[in-house]
Amino acid sequence: MPSLDDLKKRIKSVKSTQKITKAMKMVAAAKLRKAQESAEKGRPYSQKMQNIILNLTKSINDPLNAPKLLVGTGEDKKYLCVVLTADRGLCGGFNSNICKLAKTNFKKILGDGKELNIITVGSKGHDQIKREYGKYVTKKFSFKDKKNISFREADEVGKEIISLFNQNKFDKCIIFYNNFKNVITQIPQAQQIIPAETKNLKEGNDENFSYEFEPDEDEILEDLLPKNISTQVFKALLENAASEQGSRMTAMDNATRNAGDLVDKLTIDYNRSRQASITKELIEIISGAESL
Amino acid sequence: MSDKFTVEIISPDQTILKQDTNEVIIPSFEGQMGILYNHIPLITFLRPGIITIKTEGEKKYYVEEGTVEFSNNSLLILTSTARDLADLDKNKIIELLQKAEANLNTQTSDKEKYVASYKFETLKEISQ
Repeated sequence: MPSLDDLKKRIKSVKSTQKITKAMKMVAAAKLRKAQESAEKGRPYSQKMQNIILNLTKSINDPLNAPKLLVGTGEDKKYLCVVLTADRGLCGGFNSNICKLAKTNFKKILGDGKELNIITVGSKGHDQIKREYGKYVTKKFSFKDKKNISFREADEVGKEIISLFNQNKFDKCIIFYNNFKNVITQIPQAQQIIPAETKNLKEGNDENFSYEFEPDEDEILEDLLPKNISTQVFKALLENAASEQGSRMTAMDNATRNAGDLVDKLTIDYNRSRQASITKELIEIISGAESL
Repeated sequence: MSDKFTVEIISPDQTILKQDTNEVIIPSFEGQMGILYNHIPLITFLRPGIITIKTEGEKKYYVEEGTVEFSNNSLLILTSTARDLADLDKNKIIELLQKAEANLNTQTSDKEKYVASYKFETLKEISQ
């Protein structure tokens, strides 16, 4: 049985932890609103961009001469995985979920005897991945000191991907991130960005446009494809930012509630042992008086 | 002129404009281009210039680059640099103009020179 003093100290420390988690929850809630807004506002851009690319892919008649960024190198040997995570912890399963998904994919890629390269964005993911797959990590990005993610950061990552592609370092590129569905649900996702995935043709797949290109198809693709890569990375970053805050908010909410439960339990223990010691003293006094 | 089509200007962080309009003039890479109702499907990209949207009044946007898609009577302009001319204040324009002027001679390839010169010309035009 811990002494009264010990219990008192524990109650105090749990209470102050509760205060911290509560504050973190509020901060996350405030940030979440902003992040969610920008994720939702950013969606049309990346979606429309993807649509244009898909329409373009359909209109290509000669896949052999099409830009490699669009149709791929035609090989399937080398993979580049870009894992996007947060820079901060204390956000529940957010980082681990992405890493878990990424690791299952790594295992599969390596199991098939293919080459693997990894780029990590965000320090938390880097820490988790380097333990097992450290030797595959070619580059890591961290935007810890940036308050808001802007297109420039995404462009940085996008340019790196493209320059690696031009050096023939990989055939396929997959990005991993958390898709923000709502505050409590974030779905870790793997999206293939090179070559552009043409599976999920949802909108307008019946219509086949023959576009008029100006100046010409090649030049437009040359301009558009790198932009699309950065846009997809940017979308992933925004979704991630919103997911991170959502995930942190839920985690901190749970932590606050747990701390409350713990305080209740400890208070009962404290009162019980206080009562016990009073009773014990009373018995001592009474039996002392009786013996006289 | 009663036939209208939708025009959308979307930047990576927000939808800047979405409305029905009669005519849009865009600074496409190879020259100004007017787009009316029932234009054939088109994809092009922009050089620095001014997008003019003509409905009852006129709306003008300054852009530096972007991608344009027209299909099914909806015009989509994807750009990260669109700015409403009405919101752009004089000092900012002058600042941009000075930067553009300094950039004029530092470009190496023909394409970059072409873009830089248009940026300079456009800014000069709106600063007056």
